[in-house]
Amino acid sequence: MTSTLSNKQSLVLAVEPQAGRRKLSTAKAMQEAISQRMARDESVFVMGEDVGAYGGIFSSTTGLLDRFGPERIRDTPISESAFIGLGIGAAVEGMRPIVELMFADFFGVCMDQIYNHMAKIHYESGGNVRVPMVLMMAAGGGYSDGAQHSQCLWGTFAHLPGMKVVVPSNPYDAKGLMTAAIESDDPVVFVFHKGVMGLGWMAKNDRSVGAVPEDEYVVPIGKARVAREGTDVTIVTISLSVHHSLDVAEKLASEGISVEVIDLRSLVPLDRETIVRSVSKTGRLIVVDEDYQSFGLSGEVIAVVAEHDPTLLKRVSRVCVPDVPIPYAHELEYAVLPTPARIEAAVRDAVAK
Amino acid sequence: MTPPTTQALTDEARRDLLSTMVLIRTYEEAIRAAYYADKKPAFDIGAGLVPGEMHLSAGQEPVAAGVCAHLTAEDAITATHRPHHLAIAHGVALRPMTAEIFGRETGLGRGRGGHMHLFDPSTHFSCSGIIAEGFPPALGQAYAFQRQSGSHVAVGVTGEGAANQGAFHESLNLAALWQLPVVFVVEDNDWGISVPRSASTSVASNADRAVAYGMPGVRVEDNSVEGVYAAAGEAIARARSGGGPTLIEVHTLRLWGHFEGDAEGYRPELKSVPEQDPIPIYRDQLLASGALEDGQYQGMQKIAGEQVEDAINFAKNSPTPDPLDHLSYVFSEGAHS
Repeated sequence: MTSTLSNKQSLVLAVEPQAGRRKLSTAKAMQEAISQRMARDESVFVMGEDVGAYGGIFSSTTGLLDRFGPERIRDTPISESAFIGLGIGAAVEGMRPIVELMFADFFGVCMDQIYNHMAKIHYESGGNVRVPMVLMMAAGGGYSDGAQHSQCLWGTFAHLPGMKVVVPSNPYDAKGLMTAAIESDDPVVFVFHKGVMGLGWMAKNDRSVGAVPEDEYVVPIGKARVAREGTDVTIVTISLSVHHSLDVAEKLASEGISVEVIDLRSLVPLDRETIVRSVSKTGRLIVVDEDYQSFGLSGEVIAVVAEHDPTLLKRVSRVCVPDVPIPYAHELEYAVLPTPARIEAAVRDAVAK
Repeated sequence: MTPPTTQALTDEARRDLLSTMVLIRTYEEAIRAAYYADKKPAFDIGAGLVPGEMHLSAGQEPVAAGVCAHLTAEDAITATHRPHHLAIAHGVALRPMTAEIFGRETGLGRGRGGHMHLFDPSTHFSCSGIIAEGFPPALGQAYAFQRQSGSHVAVGVTGEGAANQGAFHESLNLAALWQLPVVFVVEDNDWGISVPRSASTSVASNADRAVAYGMPGVRVEDNSVEGVYAAAGEAIARARSGGGPTLIEVHTLRLWGHFEGDAEGYRPELKSVPEQDPIPIYRDQLLASGALEDGQYQGMQKIAGEQVEDAINFAKNSPTPDPLDHLSYVFSEGAHS
């Protein structure tokens, strides 16, 4: 089922090149990755709600309509099952769709296409049918959008076999991981936290704008990044919580507390080696995750270490969203989010014992 | 809309329709026999050479024969949990299909899929065990065909129970909106497992629902293979020429249970069902019209029997998957992490 449209040139892309000096927001970095790939590969197209003239509610597709036209940047009806399934069928026929689910929270109306079809066709077909598709979605809270528009939910996708799950924290990784996701012959769920996009209309961390190489490059999917080296405590985290953890690490360094921060960058595949290596060094593990606490990423990361060698763990704790829906009122929401204050308290607790 | 009048069918074309139906029935009877062969005296769904749920399509052959007569291997079809008749009529090779049903390494999915999950890229055939969820991928295949500027079409098939699912309605709207080269076929076999259509569906004909999406809708009564052939021919030609989607509902017949082992105690009209079997009805019709001569039907049965026996033997003699290989094929480059 090879597409006659698929005329991508076989480019060998740089892997994690020097960042250089040009700065972009995470949103612009994603747009650039999509745009550069679309320019050389007719089989790539973008589809979703408000991805055209609006440019994506969280700016994932700004400018693409002007460059590539409505045939390749397609607004859809509010019919997630239909258009995600459409992406699957097109991918099966050799195209490389990038489909946006506006909020991760909306998977409830279309999960069957995602986990029973997109994720399983390759396995059920014994490897004979590939589904090279990117399903990108916004996630995360912190701006009082309530319980149905603030969830992260990446752990839910990661729990179900057959999809890669990528969650970039910064512009450099977002571009390289998006390029890798489009390049992948497997379905990739690409989750971007609204708070790392660098949007002008919500609070953002300074790190949501950063140096990004102009040429295409890849960040390999499944390789964690040591975002900061340290010796006393390991924080394993992802997405916006990486920035909070780095802020805390910087603050505590002046007190002589040395924090290592691991940015997982993807949940599937999970870079178990980097986790174990770090905890072998520090003996103290804190998992910071804006997803729900129970039955998710945080427990998984701790299990990785415990299964490897439980004696490595002198201290272990989690800073996650406790098992409640995300509240609306600012005071309540910030009581459940993994804030810098909660992370700092967890680090102090870990080194105190 | 009323069904279009039957296009001029040659006697040979009529015999081809009958012969496809005979092959399907022969296949389903053989699978049924293999399924029960080692489930006696006590029925254990997970036991035997062919374990698991088994949804056989006996009685629904006219849909497959009538639709697939208009398709080539370049056209796509997405079927349901009851997929064998459509796979056979669309030309999926019997050997790897049967090996998959037997859970063998030589199967279409190397034994990872099973009878509800048959994928044959060489004929663009697939199916899904989830009600109505085969429609959205059919849209995507149609979309790819449209973008590739060819004249290939995708056909999505569901049962009448699926017409009450969201994915069904989302798909019809999107297909009509984007004028995709897709044809939707609803197999109305009167039963959603044990629930009669009268207890599930608010309209007398699902074809009436087409008007809500601005596309033609046709209902074919009487499980007529020539009625299906005519309706599908018009719809597929329209889709091929850029005229967009059509919804066809066929009033067909579930000759056997929802799945094997279903005693059908809920089905009051069961006694009269064998009289409605579409194959002898069509055979007699062709005999009466002179399209079929004495002995030709037996010839069809003989050829079908040989093909099916070959496929069953191939499956039985194929290796089972290596249990150590259970992690392969999650991702294209092997087991993840």
